[in-house]
Amino acid sequence: MSKLRQALALFAAGFAGIVNAESLDAVPLNMPVGVTEISRSVYGLHMTIFWVCVVIGILVFGVMAYSIFAHRKSRGVTPATFHESHTVEMIWTAVPFLILVVLAVPAAKTLVAMEDSSDSELTIKITGYQWKWHYDYLDHDVAFFSSLNAEHNAARQLNSPTAGDIPSMETYLKDVDNELVIPVGKKVRFLHTSDDVIHSWWVPALALKKDAIPGYINTNWAKVEEPGVYRGKCAELCGRDHGFMPVVVRAVPQEEFDAWLVEQKGGNVAAGGTDTAVDEAPATAEEAVVEEAAPAAADDKDALMAKGQTIYNNVCAGCHQVTGAGLPGAFPAITGSAVATGDKAGHIALILNGVAGSAMSSYAWMPDEDIAAVLTYQRNGLGNSVGDVVTAADVAAAR
Amino acid sequence: MAGGSYYVPHQAKWPIVGTIGLFVFFVGFANLLNGASIGPTVLAGGTAILVVMMFGWFGDVIRESEGGMYKKNEGMSFRMGMGWFIFSEVFFFAAFFGALFYARQLALPWLSGEGAGATTQAILYPEFSFTWPNTANGPEAIGGQFEAMGAFGLPLINTLLLLTSGVTCTIAHHAIKEGKRKSMSMWLLATVILGAIFLTLQVEEYAHAYNELNLTLESGIYGSTFFMLTGFHGFHVAMGTLMLFIVMIRGFRGHFTAENHFAFEASAWYWHFVDVVWLGLYVFVYWL
Amino acid sequence: MSAVDTHHDEHHAPPASSIKRWLFTTNHKDLGTLYLWFALIMFFIGGAMALIIRLELFQPGLQFVDPSFFNQMTTMHALIMIFGAVMPAFVGLANWMVPMMIGAPDMALPRMNNWSFWIMPAAIGLLLSTLFMESGGPAGGWTMYPPLVLQGGDSFAFFIFSVHFMGISSIMGSINIVATILNMRAPGMTLLKMPLFVWTWLITAFLLIAVIPVLAGAVTMLLTDRFFGTSFFNAAGGGDPVLYQHIFWFFGHPEVYILILPAFGVISEIIPTFARKRLFGYASMVYATASIAFLSFIVWAHHMFTVGMPLAGELFFMFSTMMIAVPTGVKVFNWIATMWRGAMTFETPMLFALGFVVMFTIGGFSGLMLAITPADIQYHDSYFVVAHFHYVLVPGAIYSLMAAAYYWLPKWTGHMYDEKLGQWHFWLSTIFVNLLFFPMHFVGLAGMPRRIPDYNLQFADMNALASVGAFGFGFTQILFVYIIVKAVRGGEKATDQVWDGADGLEWTVPSPAPYHTFDTPPDVK
Ligand code: HEA
Ligand code: HEA
Ligand code: HEC
Ligand code: CUA
Ligand SMILES: [Cu+2]
Repeated sequence: MSKLRQALALFAAGFAGIVNAESLDAVPLNMPVGVTEISRSVYGLHMTIFWVCVVIGILVFGVMAYSIFAHRKSRGVTPATFHESHTVEMIWTAVPFLILVVLAVPAAKTLVAMEDSSDSELTIKITGYQWKWHYDYLDHDVAFFSSLNAEHNAARQLNSPTAGDIPSMETYLKDVDNELVIPVGKKVRFLHTSDDVIHSWWVPALALKKDAIPGYINTNWAKVEEPGVYRGKCAELCGRDHGFMPVVVRAVPQEEFDAWLVEQKGGNVAAGGTDTAVDEAPATAEEAVVEEAAPAAADDKDALMAKGQTIYNNVCAGCHQVTGAGLPGAFPAITGSAVATGDKAGHIALILNGVAGSAMSSYAWMPDEDIAAVLTYQRNGLGNSVGDVVTAADVAAAR
Repeated sequence: MAGGSYYVPHQAKWPIVGTIGLFVFFVGFANLLNGASIGPTVLAGGTAILVVMMFGWFGDVIRESEGGMYKKNEGMSFRMGMGWFIFSEVFFFAAFFGALFYARQLALPWLSGEGAGATTQAILYPEFSFTWPNTANGPEAIGGQFEAMGAFGLPLINTLLLLTSGVTCTIAHHAIKEGKRKSMSMWLLATVILGAIFLTLQVEEYAHAYNELNLTLESGIYGSTFFMLTGFHGFHVAMGTLMLFIVMIRGFRGHFTAENHFAFEASAWYWHFVDVVWLGLYVFVYWL
Repeated sequence: MSAVDTHHDEHHAPPASSIKRWLFTTNHKDLGTLYLWFALIMFFIGGAMALIIRLELFQPGLQFVDPSFFNQMTTMHALIMIFGAVMPAFVGLANWMVPMMIGAPDMALPRMNNWSFWIMPAAIGLLLSTLFMESGGPAGGWTMYPPLVLQGGDSFAFFIFSVHFMGISSIMGSINIVATILNMRAPGMTLLKMPLFVWTWLITAFLLIAVIPVLAGAVTMLLTDRFFGTSFFNAAGGGDPVLYQHIFWFFGHPEVYILILPAFGVISEIIPTFARKRLFGYASMVYATASIAFLSFIVWAHHMFTVGMPLAGELFFMFSTMMIAVPTGVKVFNWIATMWRGAMTFETPMLFALGFVVMFTIGGFSGLMLAITPADIQYHDSYFVVAHFHYVLVPGAIYSLMAAAYYWLPKWTGHMYDEKLGQWHFWLSTIFVNLLFFPMHFVGLAGMPRRIPDYNLQFADMNALASVGAFGFGFTQILFVYIIVKAVRGGEKATDQVWDGADGLEWTVPSPAPYHTFDTPPDVK
């Protein structure tokens, strides 16, 4: 037995090394209380049921432990012979049942409250894509994509030379390029749907999780009480990069929200200028959606290639891979692809229309310039060398 | 013989053959679906092995049965086996009926804006409103405009055929219980013929659907449930007909006695099961 | 196997070991042995996949595998563990023990028994082969939700057929067990005299026969949606992806009870033996098992609280799910009442049984938490769920299998296993298994989704702990194999009765049990 104890001590020491006690303090290990009335009742339910289980557990395991201690053969006891008692059996059927009934009442109440999305003051449609979110402020004509922060995206690639120092990135995999901004104190209704497979939009602090089902719209809502940044994740397996589609919600006071809306609508024509500044605007394609098509006359092939590469890496590489090799059997290679090295019209048409019934959806939502850039890149990069250039005008003509 | 009063065969080689057969069959089928050129050949090979296995296996069983190796107890095991197998088939069909009910009662109404579907319809399919069966190929009218299969043409005839075949099958059962082998086989012949006509008419019906109604497997959820339910049912009718056919031949060859005719009973139960499924189909797929 | 080759004396000694013997055997003990070895191998293969998962999750950042391979591992790990390890292991136990426990000469349909077994290696072979295909294996999770699963490459069809294939085996195996139990009992063995293990298997087999065909239907619809243009799960054609989930979970929920009911049976055999006291509340155990089975058909949508079901549905499924705690509680209480005022000893089988009672209950508690819909909306698809089901599956189902192996090994091999090593096996497993799965509760609550290959630093410590636990637990199982092999090859001779508190027909025959038991039915008082 002393050997066992020794071994235990050894393991304990080992774990102490791994678990840095200080970092543990800072790390939450329980469900967040959250910042909405619903999230607080959910937290309350969670803790109630937890404590009920703890108490029952202590009773049950306590009796068991006592019996193991007291009714062991080594203590010379002789076994009793009883093996039935209708009374106790009735009791231990009825008592748990009553406990459950008591638990069911507040649970049902909270559920009813959660499902009541009437009288909302703002509606946002959230569409899941492999692997990014699209937010559409239905009443305000503002819409944009939101995907994983580019730095994190680079850092997370397997064996990638771009790998950053992950431990130093406090929000590793929890940051996006474009945050969802909502006003505090307002009942915001979210409509969830998807363009490809099922996703699930989850923000713990708001006690929200709802599946995004392609072809259907699900609803939930939140009334956030405190300004702040609330992070979440996609919670339904949606393919290769399911782990890499975070959600960031920024709740701001109403005035700030209004100002933000105005900025989104008008202000970013100016921001459109960054279109060609490839390095600092890695998510051009996504941002561009909300922009009134910026008249960037980037016919210059090098600029197109550079811009195309960025867009490709952000939008297309999830499937076709950064190298262009694709994933055999699932996603075709771009390198040497008959389409990407064939005639321009076919290539453009494929991007504009997508391939029905496959993961290759239509990218017609991208501005002409971006499509031109990414196609030029596919034709002349990734091991292809067709030599021609796709221009925005080509794309516009094909539309 | 091992097993004392209960017959426990010593060693059995057919199950392994069956396993190989199924394996080859599935590999072939998967290759076929993936468009690999070896698919059909492998699939045919697997099917052939399975057919050989069935002849071999059933042959052994028939020999043992005729050799008087089976007594009441073995017969009971076989009956239970068949009974529970049919029970499992009920649940297989239940999955497809479930899909049908779900689509009609929940999915399509939601898509057209009822109940929980209000926003779905408002935002995704503002044009769509559904009537069964006319627009049961969904908001994007998958497969194009189609006409539903009416209930009172061929399907009604088929219903009558199957019901009649249930009666002839029961008469055959009474015959064998009285030890009248010949009469059993004659009535089975009638049943088999009815089953064969049913199948022919179903082929006719499918051709009609594809050629004249534009109703195909690809006609949205209506086409999906229609063809999968009637298709699997048709497959079961074919199997049942084959089983009854073999029993009939065995009857002509002098197999079975008033007491010992498990193969007959199993086939007859199966036939009645197929019959009952058809009634469900007739009511929920064709009629309502 | 023992070296005695006495072909003529077939009633007692098994025929010499040869390929043909094992390929063609119709003997329930041979097939039981095959099932058990097969399951053990699968446990290691599925476990090795789990270790790949834990290796990648040891630290944040991607270090070892591509995310799509990670998803393949998650999917395959679950399929192999459930369909390849736990289910066949219980079928193996049923094969070995049910005929002996009810006084039958063999299984009711011995030839089909052979077929049910040999299908398994072929089916798993088909499944594993997908890993070597260009597109890799299935990566959509063991739940196979469309539309994601439809994106699979060439492996898709193979993997769907492997599910069909395994289903055929399960259905035939269960039909055989039901027929054996209902038709082959020795005279006097009335239903309410049957050992609980037999009872739980009767009910499990019933569940299997009912729900495996439903799974077959569901995956058939996937197949036709992908290859034949049907629209079952496609909104554009009037279908619904959620329809698949309903059908799948109509199978899937009973399936998890399929994985635990025989375990309840095993525990109900072992505790009375080592408490030297009759099982408390036999009849209520039977009724509780039946109620669990019944309830398991009406709770399926508790896996789908976030899909946007109507409120009434969510309420119904919440209440019905909570109800399951009542009959399960009855079982737990009965076990403890059996121990109460017994005279307990703590050999390895008993240790695993006690470990089962405690840790299964912990898993049951988290299950009950999951049943509370508003809270589940938060727990769902997080590591909290992963913690829940591993508690009921690993120190639950797997522990019961280990308990059963130790309990019946002397009867199977005629030798006692090494008790000291057995105790080590138990304690090491128990320490590591908790280290492995307990931290998952915390990361889950704090917001870590399941099925992800990489995570934020916030979850690093707990994941590192879990990974250490996983490797510890995994390597401890090598000890288990060693103990089994050692007992098969030799060791202290076991008596017929083996355990002094043991009761039941299987303990009246010699150890090792003769090749054919009960050619003439025994007398049952
Ligand atoms: C052996 C397998 C097994 C068993 C036995 C159980 C048992 C239970 N499970 Fe579990 N479950 C799984 C395997 C299992 N589960 C799996 C594999 C999944 C995930 C599938 C996937 O998504 O991949 C899952 C997921 C799962 C979910 C979905 C979670 C989600 O995805 O959001 C839910 C929700 O309700 C749930 C509930 C329960 C309940 C209420 C029980 C009950 O049966 C537990 C009852 C037991 C007790 C409660 C303890 C003993 C009782 C007492 C001591 C009496 C007194 C107690 C009280 C009154 C509190 N389970
Ligand atoms: C009975 C079922 C069962 C069992 C026994 C286990 C056992 C284990 N499971 Fe499993 N698991 C599931 C059923 C099971 N699991 C299911 C259903 C899922 C959900 C899947 C999904 O999301 O779709 C899941 C998912 C799952 C995940 C989540 C993956 C994800 O969400 O991405 C993890 C992560 O840690 C995990 C870990 C483990 C570990 C460490 C064990 C350990 O107990 C394993 C013990 C290890 C061994 C026994 C290994 C022994 C091997 C060696 C020592 C190496 C030598 C190798 C050879 C000789 C070949 N499992
Ligand atoms: C979600 C996965 C995914 C993303 C993202 C994606 N594709 Fe595709 N792509 C596919 C799939 C799958 C196909 C194969 C379609 C088919 O033929 O069935 C494909 C096919 C193609 C082809 C044709 C290749 C050939 O030889 O058949 C081109 C060209 C292409 N995609 C370009 C792009 C571009 C440009 C982008 C980004 C703007 C992109 N893809 C983003 C999945 C994706
Ligand atoms: Cu999107 Cu997971
Ligand atoms: Cu469940």
